[in-house]
Amino acid sequence: MKAGGAILSVENVSLRFGGLAVLSDLSLTLGAGELAGVIGPNGAGKTSLFNVLTGVYRPDSGEVRAFGRPLAGLKPFEVASLGLVRTFQNIRLFKELSVLDNVRLALHARRAPDLASTLAALPAAALAEDAIRAQALGLLERLDLSARADERAGGLPYGEQKRLEIARALAAEPKVLLLDEPAAGMNPSESAWLKEAIRALRREFQLSILLIEHDMSVVMDLCERLVVLDHGQKIAEGTPGEVRGNVRVLEAYLGTRANPAGRA
Amino acid sequence: MRSPAVSNRSAFALLAAATLLAWGFNAALPPYMSALFLLIGINALLAVSLNLVNGVAGQFSLGHAGFMALGAYAAAWLSTGPLAPLFADSAVSNLGLACTVCAAALVAGLAGWLVGLPSLRLRGDYLAIVTLGFGEIIRVGLLNCDALGGARGFIGVPPAGGAAWVYGLLALACLACHRVMAGSTGRALLSVREDEIAAEALGVDTTRCKVGAFVASAAGAGVAGALFAHQESFIHPSSFNFMKSVEIVVMVVLGGMGSMSGAVLAALMLTALPEALRPLKELTGVDLRMVLYSLALVLLMLFRPRGLMGRGELWQVPWLRRLPGSRRSS
Repeated sequence: MKAGGAILSVENVSLRFGGLAVLSDLSLTLGAGELAGVIGPNGAGKTSLFNVLTGVYRPDSGEVRAFGRPLAGLKPFEVASLGLVRTFQNIRLFKELSVLDNVRLALHARRAPDLASTLAALPAAALAEDAIRAQALGLLERLDLSARADERAGGLPYGEQKRLEIARALAAEPKVLLLDEPAAGMNPSESAWLKEAIRALRREFQLSILLIEHDMSVVMDLCERLVVLDHGQKIAEGTPGEVRGNVRVLEAYLGTRANPAGRA
Repeated sequence: MRSPAVSNRSAFALLAAATLLAWGFNAALPPYMSALFLLIGINALLAVSLNLVNGVAGQFSLGHAGFMALGAYAAAWLSTGPLAPLFADSAVSNLGLACTVCAAALVAGLAGWLVGLPSLRLRGDYLAIVTLGFGEIIRVGLLNCDALGGARGFIGVPPAGGAAWVYGLLALACLACHRVMAGSTGRALLSVREDEIAAEALGVDTTRCKVGAFVASAAGAGVAGALFAHQESFIHPSSFNFMKSVEIVVMVVLGGMGSMSGAVLAALMLTALPEALRPLKELTGVDLRMVLYSLALVLLMLFRPRGLMGRGELWQVPWLRRLPGSRRSS
């Protein structure tokens, strides 16, 4: 763990959907300023973990704490307003809105003028809207999307949609950023760009990042620590090097041999 | 994509111009045309307010006539009861109307809040059914409420209002919608329509957005109801039946979901068309009015499936683009 204590901690969380144990007695922490990864085979419970963290699912037992306070009972928008912001595995842009409006929307919670001054067109409202616009344009610039600002978000090519989703998440002013498979569907040069971008943005915005990713080159290069999930349980934790050689991780990904004598 | 907020000076000028023009135009019309003109304005107000929920926020409400009924009956009761003295004196009848309009907005808005809070957890078809049920409850309730005339209808609402009121309030409603849509609140409403889960994940209180839109929309319908009551002098629960709700939904869809100017245009078309087709009966001997009306709807939806204006606004049409007073930054 890098500088500072845990900014986000999951303590003995269990989540069941009927008879299916999605997460069982899972504990993990994310240190302030840390960049950690969550990996595991499909169905291991990675996205469900994100859903628990952001208040979409309520855990059946256990506790999630962020910024020193429990998150129990908070709605997703309240969790986001605290500074715990996520992206989605399947991109969820506001397709019919412009690229700029997608980013501006995320600034709504903190920066929007109140309704009364909007209705009366008070100068304060105009100032607030101008500030939102400037900040949004800055983020688009940062992620190389300035030229697309006025285009319909749904019309962007896939790689740019992924970038826009990151820009939009940053606009929500996160302290902790949860990235759900940011490199999915990217070609090698795009994912190389993504690695650099995540490193740079983390420094620039002083983010703690928790990353779900299947692209091992991204995970191994980027993360300082990895948590491996399988069937909702933590089966390994450690530096990428440690995890790479872990027997249980290999089993989870590749299965075991039929002949027990062959086990390493 | 969306246009900047109109400044206060030009907004005031636009409001005054709309009110005066409507008043002057109405004065020149024969009585029958004048009644139609006012009905167009009232329907436009209904469509503009429903557009906020069905078009902008992407929820499907099918009970708008219920809120209109509440407004109408609130105004009717107040103007014949507690506020009757105001309406007896023509010098202060406008003050009385201002009171009944505000009260109608409050009553309908409150009802919108009561209905919206539990039912906006539902989406799509389910919300439609709940709001439809609510509209019917209001209508049947009024039908059985003897104090408000019951099945006889409410007779003797003092006439008040007229074109200046109807179109002044319509212009005010449009201005308010326009300003909301040009700013952050409008974006938040649109984000609820686009992807509620993503909006929530980015810190937007989607429940508050939806309920807020629903309350504002219901209040608008209440105002339209009050104007309608003072216009017609006689109101009956059957004026606010399910078909009225459908009519307003059709206006919103035909105008283009989320387009305010589209809603006004569609209200104009759908109110005027059946009247314009009336002479046909004398020519042909058969009443083809509703057949042609329906045919027009079918054709319009075939050729403009996203409505008259799509998701844009009248002033975004390229050759109408240079609106005086609009700020250049978007």
